[in-house]
Amino acid sequence: MQASLSLPPAAPRSDPGPAVFRRSAFRFCGLRREALGLRSLRPAGSTRIFRSPARTPSRKTVTAVSGNGIGSLSKGFDYDLVIIGAGVGGHGAALHAVEKGLKTAIIEGDIVGGTCVNRGCVPSKALLAVSGRMRELQNEHHLNALGLQVSSPGYDRQGVADHANNLASKIRNNLTNSLKALGVDILTGVGTIADTQKVTYGKVGFPDTEITARDIIIATGSVPFVPTGIEVDGKTVFTSDHALKLEWVPEWIAIVGSGYIGLEFSDVYTALGSEVTFVEALDQLMPGFDPEIGKLAQRVLINPRKIDYHTGVFAKKITPAKDGKPVLIELIDAKTKEPKYTLEVDAALIATGRAPFTKGLGLENINVVTQRGFVPVNERMQVIDASGNLIPHLYCIGDANGKMMLAHAASAQGISVVEQIGGTDNVLNHLSIPAACFTHPEISMVGMTEPQAREKAQQEGFEVSVAKTSFKANTKALAENEGEGLAKLIYRPDTGEILGVHILGMHAADLIHEASNAIALGTRVQDIKFAVHAHPTLSEVLDELFKSAEVNTGVSPPSVNEPVTV
Amino acid sequence: MASLANVHLGTPFLPSPASLRGRSAACGVGGVAPRRAPRIQAKIREIFMPALSSTMTEGKIVSWAKAEGDKLAKGESVVVVESDKADMDVETFYDGYLAAIMVEEGAVAAVGSAIALLAETEDEIPLAKSQAASSSATMASDGPAASRPVADTAAPPSPLETAPEALSSSPPSSNFSPVAASSAHPASEGGQRTIATPYAKKLAKDLKVELGSVAGSGPMGRIVAKDVEVAAAATAAAPVSTAPPKSVSNSSAVKAPASPAIQLGTVVPFTTMQGAVSKNMVESLSVPTFRVGYTITTNALDDLYKKIKSKGVTMTALLAKATAMALMKHPIVNSSCRDGKSFTYNSSINIAVAVAIDGGLITPVLQDADKVDIYSLSRKWKELVDKARAKQLQSHEYNTGTFTLSNLGMFGVDRFDAILPPGTGAIMAVGASQSTVVATKDGRIGVKSQMQVNVTADHRVIYGADLAAFLQTLAKIIEDPKELTL
Repeated sequence: MQASLSLPPAAPRSDPGPAVFRRSAFRFCGLRREALGLRSLRPAGSTRIFRSPARTPSRKTVTAVSGNGIGSLSKGFDYDLVIIGAGVGGHGAALHAVEKGLKTAIIEGDIVGGTCVNRGCVPSKALLAVSGRMRELQNEHHLNALGLQVSSPGYDRQGVADHANNLASKIRNNLTNSLKALGVDILTGVGTIADTQKVTYGKVGFPDTEITARDIIIATGSVPFVPTGIEVDGKTVFTSDHALKLEWVPEWIAIVGSGYIGLEFSDVYTALGSEVTFVEALDQLMPGFDPEIGKLAQRVLINPRKIDYHTGVFAKKITPAKDGKPVLIELIDAKTKEPKYTLEVDAALIATGRAPFTKGLGLENINVVTQRGFVPVNERMQVIDASGNLIPHLYCIGDANGKMMLAHAASAQGISVVEQIGGTDNVLNHLSIPAACFTHPEISMVGMTEPQAREKAQQEGFEVSVAKTSFKANTKALAENEGEGLAKLIYRPDTGEILGVHILGMHAADLIHEASNAIALGTRVQDIKFAVHAHPTLSEVLDELFKSAEVNTGVSPPSVNEPVTV
Repeated sequence: MASLANVHLGTPFLPSPASLRGRSAACGVGGVAPRRAPRIQAKIREIFMPALSSTMTEGKIVSWAKAEGDKLAKGESVVVVESDKADMDVETFYDGYLAAIMVEEGAVAAVGSAIALLAETEDEIPLAKSQAASSSATMASDGPAASRPVADTAAPPSPLETAPEALSSSPPSSNFSPVAASSAHPASEGGQRTIATPYAKKLAKDLKVELGSVAGSGPMGRIVAKDVEVAAAATAAAPVSTAPPKSVSNSSAVKAPASPAIQLGTVVPFTTMQGAVSKNMVESLSVPTFRVGYTITTNALDDLYKKIKSKGVTMTALLAKATAMALMKHPIVNSSCRDGKSFTYNSSINIAVAVAIDGGLITPVLQDADKVDIYSLSRKWKELVDKARAKQLQSHEYNTGTFTLSNLGMFGVDRFDAILPPGTGAIMAVGASQSTVVATKDGRIGVKSQMQVNVTADHRVIYGADLAAFLQTLAKIIEDPKELTL
């Protein structure tokens, strides 16, 4: 369950609520903001890498500050934990809560699985699996190089759509069954916070059932963000929600926003024969990526395909196709607001990011004011009220808090919250959370981009080094005839600390975890370079990457695991 | 092409510090090879494809960091080269001006071959440019380096410059409602605005087709990839077929195949036009075609032709007129299938006539052939042929055909079949009219002039019975041609 489709607003634009949507920093807001947050928490990166002899192998991967455990469970509540929203975040939290022995309920007004499973990462992966194969089969040159002969590949649109839908149902059932099997109560209805430790739920407008809980987690997620001026009819102008149903394949589709969502859909649509025009508010495509990766992505994923783009423009007005007229997209200059061009296309996909789904939560009952819809939280996901005070026993995780709009980030936040409820203080290191874009080839990243790292380095006065390896030098990649790709490591040459890793290439989304785990565990470059990788595998791309880094310090003393002699 | 040895003679180009760690590049820049232009040896340097790794034999130009005419300072990154292992920035060790780029972005050049020229002073840029043009012509014949020749010989006949991006040519105000106008091509707003799909734009750039001159066949007059290919095939045909031989020498190799001297034992790449023709021909394989033949007696037509020949009427015009009149009664045969799902019934009957000139192929179109009288039609035909020779055919004069005629009768060919041009519904192959012994109606043996016609049609829209009925009508018109002169 990857989360490419639940990332923050991909193309910041829109006139209302512009403050954040327009900031490029927001694109990677989770990382960027968290980077700031962490800085205040920890002095100059000294605490992230633990080499304390007292450290035990079972220690949690996140920084543990002094415990202020609540102790034994409070009595007199209907539940120990009530989670509002049964998406991936809520599910992850519920599972961990059961493991911790908490009596748990989950309230869901729609269907279990949330955005990721039903309208996001999961069905999109089904479409991308198809598009990846189509792309391979259509690449005659590539096939011939492998000695393969395939004649006129084609696809059945309904069959592709069914695959996506079936996958979503299957994963949804799996989630539901796992919750039921563990004894989590699934309460159907829209949950509203009535008071501290009190939730009502029921049909919209009829919150007739009231329950009490010692702790409450808000995990209501997000919905596609549609800027004003854009008329969504669900047929010719639509969001990812509709696009994933693949009701038709337009000959020419404009994709507004060139972030992860837009990029993945461009991969799907071009593989299925559409031509694509990107509309991006910033001056370059894919502004969230490390610039070098973005440049390569443009060369690999945009330029050779039937794609063109308009950058530095807002789609001021989008009118759906009707009465034989095409979809009209009025573009204005992002800076001067001058009219620039009017696109006439068959369809428009609005991929301008996602907006939190927090209306009707009853936040006013507890004096919480959302910020552009997001629920304000601290680094422990504790909800902050209008006066800046923490609300006891109330947490918000996932897209609804906007820290890092990724399904697995929501789940990790949920687990972190349950740990705190259970008495272990826990702060999640968002810099160790990987992200992936499932284009062909894939793009993945963890930690900081090079500019972010250099900015931080300048502020804190340390050196930054960059190492790179190419997929062209990897045996397995060449065997697959997929030599296009780059892995990039950003690190501190003085300590060997890994600041960020970015990969574009075959199976990049699977390869990133070696790096993200290293960041989470505080493993340094000079240590991980001695870890052995099977040959020949794509993982050797990272092996070579770590080995090519030059660190000015020796191997750390053994601490994580005692060597085992055999 | 410069030899590999040049690479290691002086290595003024080195990868910039930002490039991959631990790899070294040696990019040669040397004096101009004396065999080419000894006079300018000192001031103009060639930039060679560097050897970025020991196994590298050729490199792809990822991007030029500098444009032609840009001033270069020592140490500046000039070009990004992709080798078999990685991409690398290549920088210069000399000050000067990037005078001419000989291998464009995306193209591949062998290690050691010249990819650009570096001029020491601004004054030398034109000299370097002319040198680049001549050397790229030389290289075109013997190496992959010139896979995209610099010289543009496939320029469209229109006087406009190379295709501007539709984006940049947009009018300053876009408050209009583009669909409000209900002209034939509302998307173009009378030529002010060009609506072309992303792929059509890419193709237009690659094939050097002026988008403004292309008639769009997509929804609302939108230009789609196929339109650009058709236009490229047609535009390329004109210059290639009519180019005077003397121009071949100072131009790139594109024209070489057009010259009558074919060198045996060589492999000559397609010109842009030939490439487009090839593409079109392959594309035609996706259309389910079938053929129906018919024998038509032409005595009456021949008599008519003799009578009005003095008034400038040509046989081509007569055949086009007869075909158009038959099409009037069978609009289905004038239709086409654009998307595999529908009939496109064309509003006018435009007869395209294939004309072969010096290995080129072009299809001037007699528009509204059903409505124009035979004399005007004949004059129009003459005008089109003259224009084609003078490379002055406008796009609507060669790519708006709805039905194609191909006549090889003048060569004595008595029957053949034609390949259906993509985007149209039918093409008719016309053989020679020959004296044939026939059984006449009254049971005697007689001699009549007869010709065989053979129609190839898209069976998705035109069925056998449609063609049969059409051919019957056509035969009637030709066998009793008095209506042709009305």
